[in-house]
Amino acid sequence: MAAKDKKILEVKNLTKFFPVKKDFFGTSHSMVKAVDNVSFYINKGETLGLVGESGCGKTTTGRTILRLHEPTAGEIIFEGNNITEADMKPLRKKMQIIFQDPYASLNPRMTVGDIIGEPMEIHDLEKGSQRKDKIYQLLEMVGLNREHASRYPHEFSGGQRQRVGIARALAVKPEFIVCDEPISALDVSIQAQIVNMLEDLQASLGLTYLFIAHDLSMVKHISDKVGVMYLGKLIELADSEEIYSKPAHPYTQALLSSIPIADPSESRKKKRIILEGDVPSPINPPSGCRFRTRCRYSMKKCEELEPEFKEISIGHFCACHLVSE
Amino acid sequence: MEISTELFKPLNKRTPAREEAVRPSLTYWKDAWKRLKKNKVAMICLMAITLIFLAAIIGPYLIPYSYSEQIRGEEDLAPCREHLFGTDGLGRDMLARVLFGMRISLSVGIVASIINLTIGVVYGGISGYFGGKMDNLMMRLVDIIDSIPTTLYVILLMVVFKNPEVNIFELPVLSLFKGLGASLISIYVALGTTYWITMARIVRGEVLSLKEREYVTAAKALGASNMRVLFKHLIPNCIGTIIVITMLQIPTAIFVESFLSFLGLGVDVPMASLGSLAADALGGIRSYFYLLAFPSLAICVIMLTFNLFGDGLRNALDPRMRK
Repeated sequence: MAAKDKKILEVKNLTKFFPVKKDFFGTSHSMVKAVDNVSFYINKGETLGLVGESGCGKTTTGRTILRLHEPTAGEIIFEGNNITEADMKPLRKKMQIIFQDPYASLNPRMTVGDIIGEPMEIHDLEKGSQRKDKIYQLLEMVGLNREHASRYPHEFSGGQRQRVGIARALAVKPEFIVCDEPISALDVSIQAQIVNMLEDLQASLGLTYLFIAHDLSMVKHISDKVGVMYLGKLIELADSEEIYSKPAHPYTQALLSSIPIADPSESRKKKRIILEGDVPSPINPPSGCRFRTRCRYSMKKCEELEPEFKEISIGHFCACHLVSE
Repeated sequence: MEISTELFKPLNKRTPAREEAVRPSLTYWKDAWKRLKKNKVAMICLMAITLIFLAAIIGPYLIPYSYSEQIRGEEDLAPCREHLFGTDGLGRDMLARVLFGMRISLSVGIVASIINLTIGVVYGGISGYFGGKMDNLMMRLVDIIDSIPTTLYVILLMVVFKNPEVNIFELPVLSLFKGLGASLISIYVALGTTYWITMARIVRGEVLSLKEREYVTAAKALGASNMRVLFKHLIPNCIGTIIVITMLQIPTAIFVESFLSFLGLGVDVPMASLGSLAADALGGIRSYFYLLAFPSLAICVIMLTFNLFGDGLRNALDPRMRK
């Protein structure tokens, strides 16, 4: 599959700082380093999973790629074009987003039909009866029926609303979708349905996903590659199989050890790595390696020098002094 | 209790497995109407408001006298069959004058609500949505306007409008309203400059919080323009508040007009407004009590019904605001 190896999206040194604590004159003296020097790429038709704990910058990364936040520095390259400063309107048709909270992401005053029809209205796509047909088709594509078009979001369950959100994203026939924790607000039984549906849609429409989540087993299921973030930094990136079988970074190891095993006797044998302390503030992150304050293997070097994000084996990147030697 | 097996029936296989939503769709408005109907006070007020409007619009055509007509020999009559509300010292029918006064009062209410709905909503929406420096600037302007009392505006405007050297009715738009007289125009203009600030502040506050919602981010991600986000997503979501504020601002505006007319700043003679009627009647309060009673009663009823209805509407449209 030659087409599969084509990069659809590449992010180079993406950085996003948010100013905090403005003084009287509106100038800010400190920054939240939400995303700091993150680089990765996604091949066409693939899924990159992005994991990490709350507040590590996963969502900001996703939204900055779509230019919902303006990047502080770095480049975003989509289909070979640098879109860091481009006019986004035509690109909105190619890049879409699915939100985490299906209760907040649909306008309560619009019918489902209007919500799904809105992207077509904005981009002047289908008109009149054609638009109506397209809305019905999209509803059926996500497992709802056409009667639902005249209803309001509050009449639906969480899973159904998430389907509406997906239909809205698909209305412009995008190529790349940022799935911003699309399943974390749903019941476990519904999560599987939505993930399977996303996979089916990927296969039939040739979509590329950036799948942001904190459920590691779900990410393993859907992703081709997985990136692990900690405090605004990408610390490990590898093929899905590789990262789950041979995690290199101590943080990744700790994360993976937290996945429950559905077998009590196996589970008892497993040693769980428990991280001490809290995530440091992203306003004033630790010097050197950002993970050093909670790392079991922390050395003097970690404090002085920031580890490089290096390729340790083919396609496996990691930022840690332990593995780079 | 035992359930015998005969009671069980085989399930029709063709019944779709997927649950069908059969309940009729309940829109926001239907839901609000249902809640409003339960509120007896609000429903009585709604009927009263309808009657007041009908009386003010059609009423004057149903009685044989006009508000300015003087009937010789029928001065200072107490309420009787020919003149239900009596007549004043110049022989004018009080019922006709009260109905006309209600017209003026309601027209002031309507002008105030139009100003609220246009300037107030748009100004507040833009200020809240764009935020930052623009918001700061726009809100400081509102503060300045708010700091000058309405009475002062009206007096100053009247000085300008009534100056014979400045004929305001020569201006293209205002020439249409020549019949209203300079005093009423200055009340409208004064309301126009001040009456939208409450609405602007409240809409700004609502928009400020609504714009952080995810559906707004979703609209932006779809490529919606700022104007589209503001008018399609944000303002429709504060429509409940907007309606309630408008409803509560109408009686305030009516009261301001009555109060100004009472002080002698209102309509020009021979026009009548509820406030000027009350002021005229004040001198004869011991002998001709009814001349004061009817216009005052009309003001009270209008104020009360609008306020109570506005309150009921708030409970119906936004159940969270209920006290």
